[in-house]
Amino acid sequence: MSSVRVLVGTKKGAFVLNSDGRRQKWDVSGPFFAGWEMYHLKGSPADPSRLYASQSSGWFGQLIQRSNDGGKTWDAVDNKFVYDGVPGTHQWYDGTPHPWEFKRVWHVEPSLTDPDTVYAGVEDAALFRTTDGGKSWHEMAGLRGHGSGPKWSPGAGGLGLHTILLDSKNPGRMYIAISAAGAFRTDDAGTTWKPINQGLRSQYIPDPTAEVGHCVHRIAMHPSRPNVLFMQKHWDVMRTDDCGESWQEVSGNLPTDFGFPIDVHAHEPNTVYVVPIKSDSEHFPLDGKLQVYRSRSGGNEWEALTNGLPQRDCYVNVLREAMAVDKLDKCGIYFGTTGGQVYASSDAGDSWAPIVRDLPAVLSVEVQTLS
Amino acid sequence: MIRVELPYHLRNLARVGAEVQVDVSGEVTQRAVLDALEASYPVLRGTIRDHVTLQRRPFLRFFACEQDLSHDPPDTLLPESVARGKDPFMVVGAIAGG
Repeated sequence: MSSVRVLVGTKKGAFVLNSDGRRQKWDVSGPFFAGWEMYHLKGSPADPSRLYASQSSGWFGQLIQRSNDGGKTWDAVDNKFVYDGVPGTHQWYDGTPHPWEFKRVWHVEPSLTDPDTVYAGVEDAALFRTTDGGKSWHEMAGLRGHGSGPKWSPGAGGLGLHTILLDSKNPGRMYIAISAAGAFRTDDAGTTWKPINQGLRSQYIPDPTAEVGHCVHRIAMHPSRPNVLFMQKHWDVMRTDDCGESWQEVSGNLPTDFGFPIDVHAHEPNTVYVVPIKSDSEHFPLDGKLQVYRSRSGGNEWEALTNGLPQRDCYVNVLREAMAVDKLDKCGIYFGTTGGQVYASSDAGDSWAPIVRDLPAVLSVEVQTLS
Repeated sequence: MIRVELPYHLRNLARVGAEVQVDVSGEVTQRAVLDALEASYPVLRGTIRDHVTLQRRPFLRFFACEQDLSHDPPDTLLPESVARGKDPFMVVGAIAGG
């Protein structure tokens, strides 16, 4: 029988949740790395026992942890992230040039085929890769070398590279997103990159349709249809059908199109989930009601999913890394809140229940479907 | 033998107790002690000093013999009682955060 492992990164440690395929009873282990900020944990699709985790602290900097046994035990691997060559400058909040400085790893993305190859998205925004299981990290400098780097500026949370999408049908193709630079694509395995922000409109930058400068919060893709991407931008939910060459807004009837996470149903490439948040000034759900919205039409028509979610006095946030899906039938949807709950639906969003609560603020949720 | 006290999180990371001992050949300076510490416990690399600049992380302090040595140049000799192993060189986490 299949089982599910949920990897939860929080502001004060990591937790691993396990259940059988019924997804009714959950075993919670942790905290691992208690007291540390666990920005992101993710398992290798090629070897589900191999996990990688980003561990950081304002006191002690960045560490990367690796597990070879599904999260029971961990060992620190290399934590040296050094920009390639002379790092140069990006734009600071006040518009002045600011030297690139490594701060932390926001996202780890294991290769689809090799458990020893992992991509890391970091702040200040850059893409790193290891091909030896984390023993050494090297910048994929073509991204910052694209030429627009000096124009990139940080969002309120920093200049973080937070989304890395690998195309299973085209090994040379990869998408990444940066707050607040925008989305980029490579078709040659990271040697060269192209900004893919045409169609985005952002009123908070001087030129709302600029090539770079957009605060992309998250991009999601269904593996069977890698040319189609869905984006939760600072404001606006967007869709592209041509690998990011052009984007169209699909916010439709959402009550607010501000939010952070976005994800796609495991078996229905046109079914998309978002968590609307009131505004960029008030990072909590509208009217104190926690609602996931689902579109079964690839956007524009959205329905509120509320069964089992708090519908009064709820003022949590759901961060960009904090939503994931499993591959069971029916598809399971999971998201974590800054209030420390992880909610799960084992029926594609029709009903929800907390599978753990009262954790520290949840920073990330990833799911492994194990056979 | 130099005694080094580590803060809670670094003890856990290095899987050691509150105090470790390292050998320093030559002059006993802040840099020499930290070099020896990182050689013995590579997992601590980057956690006390920046990997590239080797500057102390801002929220850490170095104390010994009731003195704050944090702002001393890294090649300054440490107090003689630290060099003799009588007093520990203390890596201390700043009280901050929540």
